[in-house]
Amino acid sequence: MDLTTTYMGLELQHPIVASASPLSGTLDGIKRLEDGGAAAVVMFSLFEEQIRYENEAFSHLMESGTQSFAESLSYFPEVDEYQVGPESYLELLHQASEAADVPIIASLNCVTGDGWIDYAKQMQQAGASGLELNIYSVEPNLDATSDEIEQRYLDILSAVKSTVSIPVALKLSPFFSAMGHMAKRLDEAGADALVLFNRFYQPDIDIQELEVTPSLGLSSAGEIRLPLLWIAILHGKLNASLAATRGVENPDEVIKYLLAGADAVMTTSSLLRHGPAYTNTLLEGLKAWMEARKFSSVKQIRGSMSRGKVANPGAFERANYIRVLESYQSAYI
Amino acid sequence: MKPSQVTTLEGNEAVAYIAYRVNEVCAIYPITPSSTMAELADQWASEGKTNIWGNIPLVVEMQSEGGAAGTVHGALQTGAMTTTFTASQGLLLMIPNMYKMAGELTSAVLHVAARSLAAQGLSIFGDHSDVAAVRQTGFAQLASSTVQEGHDMALLAQAASLEGRIPFIHFFDGFRTSHEVNKLTLIPDDDIRAMIDAEHVRAHRRRGLSPDNPFIRGTAQNPDVYFQARETVNPFYARLPSILQQKMDAFAELTGRKYQLFDYYGHPEAERIAVIIGSGAQTLIETVDYLQKQGEKVGVINVRLCLPFSAEHFIKVIPATVKAITVLDRIKSPGSTGEPLYGDVVTVLAEAYANGTLPTAAIPRITGGRYGLSSKEFTPAMAKAVLDELSKAQPKNHFTVGINDDISNSSLDYDASFDIEPAEVVRALFIGLGADGTVGANKNSIKIIGESTPLHAQGYFVYDSKKSGSRTVSHVRFGPNPINSPYLIHSASFIGCHQFVFAEKIDVLENARQGATFLLNSPYGPDEVWDKLPRSLQQSIIDKAIQFYVIDASKVAFETGMGNRTNTIMQTCFFAISGVLPREEAIGKIKESIKKTYGKKGEDVVKKNYVAVDQTLARLYKIDVPKEANGTMEIPPIVPSKAPEFVQKVTAMMMAGKGDQLPVSMLPIDGTYPSGTTQWEKRNISSFIPVWEPDICIQCGNCSFVCPHGVIRSKFYPESRLKNAPEGFKSGQINARGFPDIRYTLQVYAEDCTGCSLCVEVCPAKSLQQSGVKAINMKPKDPILQQERTNIGFFESIPFNDRSKVDFSSVRGAQFLEPLFEFSGACAGCGETPYVRLLSQLFGDRLIMANATGCSSIYGGNLPTTPWTKNAEGRGPAWSNSLFEDNAEFGLGFRLTADKHQELATQLALELKGEINPSLVDDILDASQITESQIRQQRIRVAELKTALIKLDTEKAKDLLSVADHLVQRSIWIMGGDGWAYDIGSSGVDHVLASGRNVNILVLDTEVYSNTGGQMSKSTPMGAVAKFAAGGKPLAKKDLALQAISYGSVYVARIAMGANPQQTLLALREAEAYPGPSLVLAYSHCIAHGINMEHGLKQQDLAVACGHWPLIRYNPALRDSEKNPFVLDSPRPTIKLKDYAFNELRYKMLSRSHPVESEQLMQLAQKVINQKWEIYEEMASGSGAHFHPDASVKQKSKK
Repeated sequence: MDLTTTYMGLELQHPIVASASPLSGTLDGIKRLEDGGAAAVVMFSLFEEQIRYENEAFSHLMESGTQSFAESLSYFPEVDEYQVGPESYLELLHQASEAADVPIIASLNCVTGDGWIDYAKQMQQAGASGLELNIYSVEPNLDATSDEIEQRYLDILSAVKSTVSIPVALKLSPFFSAMGHMAKRLDEAGADALVLFNRFYQPDIDIQELEVTPSLGLSSAGEIRLPLLWIAILHGKLNASLAATRGVENPDEVIKYLLAGADAVMTTSSLLRHGPAYTNTLLEGLKAWMEARKFSSVKQIRGSMSRGKVANPGAFERANYIRVLESYQSAYI
Repeated sequence: MKPSQVTTLEGNEAVAYIAYRVNEVCAIYPITPSSTMAELADQWASEGKTNIWGNIPLVVEMQSEGGAAGTVHGALQTGAMTTTFTASQGLLLMIPNMYKMAGELTSAVLHVAARSLAAQGLSIFGDHSDVAAVRQTGFAQLASSTVQEGHDMALLAQAASLEGRIPFIHFFDGFRTSHEVNKLTLIPDDDIRAMIDAEHVRAHRRRGLSPDNPFIRGTAQNPDVYFQARETVNPFYARLPSILQQKMDAFAELTGRKYQLFDYYGHPEAERIAVIIGSGAQTLIETVDYLQKQGEKVGVINVRLCLPFSAEHFIKVIPATVKAITVLDRIKSPGSTGEPLYGDVVTVLAEAYANGTLPTAAIPRITGGRYGLSSKEFTPAMAKAVLDELSKAQPKNHFTVGINDDISNSSLDYDASFDIEPAEVVRALFIGLGADGTVGANKNSIKIIGESTPLHAQGYFVYDSKKSGSRTVSHVRFGPNPINSPYLIHSASFIGCHQFVFAEKIDVLENARQGATFLLNSPYGPDEVWDKLPRSLQQSIIDKAIQFYVIDASKVAFETGMGNRTNTIMQTCFFAISGVLPREEAIGKIKESIKKTYGKKGEDVVKKNYVAVDQTLARLYKIDVPKEANGTMEIPPIVPSKAPEFVQKVTAMMMAGKGDQLPVSMLPIDGTYPSGTTQWEKRNISSFIPVWEPDICIQCGNCSFVCPHGVIRSKFYPESRLKNAPEGFKSGQINARGFPDIRYTLQVYAEDCTGCSLCVEVCPAKSLQQSGVKAINMKPKDPILQQERTNIGFFESIPFNDRSKVDFSSVRGAQFLEPLFEFSGACAGCGETPYVRLLSQLFGDRLIMANATGCSSIYGGNLPTTPWTKNAEGRGPAWSNSLFEDNAEFGLGFRLTADKHQELATQLALELKGEINPSLVDDILDASQITESQIRQQRIRVAELKTALIKLDTEKAKDLLSVADHLVQRSIWIMGGDGWAYDIGSSGVDHVLASGRNVNILVLDTEVYSNTGGQMSKSTPMGAVAKFAAGGKPLAKKDLALQAISYGSVYVARIAMGANPQQTLLALREAEAYPGPSLVLAYSHCIAHGINMEHGLKQQDLAVACGHWPLIRYNPALRDSEKNPFVLDSPRPTIKLKDYAFNELRYKMLSRSHPVESEQLMQLAQKVINQKWEIYEEMASGSGAHFHPDASVKQKSKK
């Protein structure tokens, strides 16, 4: 059985990829993901803002209380060299690239133009097989237009593409008015892959404490619908690879995503729930399903139920929505 | 001569630079002002820097200077080139070993930043008391008077010691030289090697103990030979001056810098000369230079080799024309015939006269005097007074200069306005806050100018005595010639006031010369600033024809993304208008420096700073000064008129920075000062203060419980009291059933608050309607200050609640106890002071405190104002600090007095029983004194007894009167930090705990030497970075609790207020109640942990949650009732060590500098925690039979 797939130009043994998560925070963790069967590992995201914040805090705390009192003009030994940037991330990336047999994809989230370019370059030098740009921001400015926001994505992509030679993927949010057109523009601008979709931080409100609380639970199988829809629509229309991420809990979701047209299927939540070895369970499930239906390769199934291939393309469109509502059963209707 | 590197360094670094290169072992211990030398040695070792032999010196921190000296001695005796760095009490602790080293003719140099000794009070500042106190040890003494000399003499001492075999103390003035930044030429390594004779080094090694060539050294000698053996060393002392001079000559060949054992400077036919050691020589040289130009025949001898004092070399430099000599000593030898240098000079001249070798026609008149104790200024005006005095027919002998001695009339008058500084020197004064980066920016300016231009630069920095909101004054000079003026700037050409509040409070132009430039950081623009100045400042600006500039640095900083960092902005202003360098060149150099400093942090940080520089120049305004002062504001009085007389006359002078003007007669004769003076110093250092919301408050008392500064106080009172309350005075219904007419008020002492916000962090009560609003919230102070002043006035008219009606056992109840430790100068958000304040609330009215030197003795006892205070009855904690190392023993002495005098009082009372009221005596002697009301009853009885005794008027009655107060139980507490309890005072703590006596030891455990700047102690946890543990501490912290528990008879508790305040309260009360020794270890978060102090209590909680700081109580009294005396008060760890540790820079730093080692150490530390927890759990389970019994408690109970 041929499970191989090509994702963002990388040849993978099979389509299941460990997406960015704390599991890739250590070399041991990355090795466990590989040993667990992941065809590639996306490392946890390097956040430029966090590095800047930590540097600020570091400097502030180093200087705090110094040069104030004659007996204690400082509180820490002078350290000539210490990490102020992404050194530890790059070191881990380097070690992982050396140690792992599967591709290691670095993930990056920046807030400045210089950040995207500098860090992308350093990640390539550290041995990343590919880059995933985790463009992630909530725009609270009501004067920022959709054009401006979209252009920001394109600018970042072209800046990074002109800096590195390794393939570049974009992890996207689903909140574009013209998702398809946006995907097309990114494809034309040279994206090697689109990863659908990012799960946004959506805060909650604690009604006892009257506080806004961060809330980001693990995804559930029900969440695959939105990425599934857009992968089914985009499959076959772009040069860029498509990766599905969100809601992979069982082999069923892997199969669904592949049927919709994904080149790779990413998961974090299931690995956090069941451990890194769960990739093999997913893979075995995929194989069993393929065997039962006498599929011999992933290629055969990829996109076989995409919008362009299914018997009823309208099923992916609005009419479907109306029908769903009509068929909804409730005690209150 | 080879080209040499010119740089700018502090004196300490200039010395350590050499010491590190010519030694293989450094055994050290931190003590101000020498600590920096040891810290640098450790830092260089951790960076892998090598000595001249290509190896990295071993740097070992010891538990005390005594320990360091022992290690130095041992390393020397086994042949290693070894040194140490110390000062003051540290040097005294080395004395026994110094005798040994000298007696054994050991080549070594100890580098000393000379400092005062603790006498009537401790002082960290500079004089020669310490080095004078070790004159008898046999060490040679070589002095440096400048930073460059410190660098050079460090090498010369080493070279001479190697050849001459006499150990040296190389010393220089603490702070004045050790902390002065100056331009100097470094000695290249090749020249250092040339000075250190390799054969002498090998000979030193050969003399070391070796089993391959065994001998014994250190024998016990008898009357038959000791004396003769002592005299064997004489030829070595005789040769040493010549050896040193030869080394100086060789050094001059190499470097061009010429030195003599005694350097004479002045008129070749001088008639009046002064003899002096150390930095003061430079003042005299400048003054002599000036006076010579005025035609005066004066001179000065700068003494470099103080011991052995070479009569031959000294006589040679005295001009034959000299008629009068004055000798200046920077020490005080009470009761002596004169200070040591004076004694040496008198002896030498008398002997020369007797021998006929005197160069002068007749023996000159010789006087001696004291100057500069504890870094007291020694200015050209004083130097002139000294030389002028010699012109008198009967010059004063044994004089003082620089003070007004109106008791013994020893002091010389001087004209303070005498100013001889050359016009070409730019003299700049910068007044800033410790936290605003002013000092750092000035050090940077000195580096820029000193290292990248031909100009010379000098900086000296003065700090006040508070750890929070402290004022700094930078004295900075720039000029075309070397600058060695070792005195403060009194006639500045530039004054920078970096905080507007200082312009409102103090005379910032006091030291401005005519036509000086004044730069003010002002929130008010060029059009409005004039009207915002006090009238007196306006007048000074007009009278002194000041060039007045303003900038709103805070606004520029905010707008350019610099946050609250105004230092670069103020530095740019200085460069733009001071004229030190051409403006364009100056700005270019600032930008170069920014690139160098911040380049590593990323291009955007650099760009942000560049923008700030450019914006600064655009927003710097010169003010057209009006012709008349029209201001309505006056600088407010330092203290209110209701303050006690001593505070008005003495304390206020110190607070105003005018303590130098206080005459001798105004000061206490024996170091005794009144309690409770911080209350008069309304420091107003925070612009945000907590504001109470009565409607939300649940009156839990948490906020006042954790307040480090005692500014949050609560009272309950009958509603009727509110009749006279001012409008706006806040109160709420007391939160207790059955008291409908009782009101509750929580009052914030607005002007004393440091704005740490721990109270807000700990407040559990939140508004039910408004997000983010608690029962106490930080708000801007200015709009409510006046109202709060009025409120405080009224609040103080309400009496504190009766202690017998307050529930001591709950946090809620403790808030109503009056704090007798208030408004200390500790860091904002200090983790120690909440425990100290609580102690004062619980036991303050019968407390005697022995306080080890350290943070707690500084915020507790550093003048001008001190926080220990008294209640309305005049009772309160009696506090004293002896030393660092002896505190446990010192406190035990308190106990012995209490026991003895209680015993005496009991005996006398029994003897007088028949003459007084017998039942009163019985009641007194049988009284139980456990509860507050019982103690109160006993006080009433003792007062009655004293009244009766006065009437008796017999000798025995008088005797009983003198000790009758001991019939009320005293609470003896011994307090200090971990540096004391774990290290230097460890053996004392151990012994006192083993004494069985009823003392209570409170260890404020910050896990590091906080007061001297974060050096490792044995309490420092594994994996944390500290000075002397730059690579992370590899060993776990000592478990002092388990050590003490092993005695079986010691009450032991480990507490953390932020984790469990109720357990803290319980443990302190149990410790006090336990009739034997108690040890309480209190987790104290600290600025030296590298945390945002606002989150200090949260870190305490996490320290407990991860198992790093398990809360325990071990109460031996429980064992007798068959209960397990060991109670584990905290639950099993719920988080990993990392989740606590990595919130702190001390741990985080290592993960950035040595990530692999950090990971390893953290894993190891986690294992230690896991194991230790198992031990504790095992101890806490089972019965009391696990623990061995002892008889002491039962015996005491019987008593």
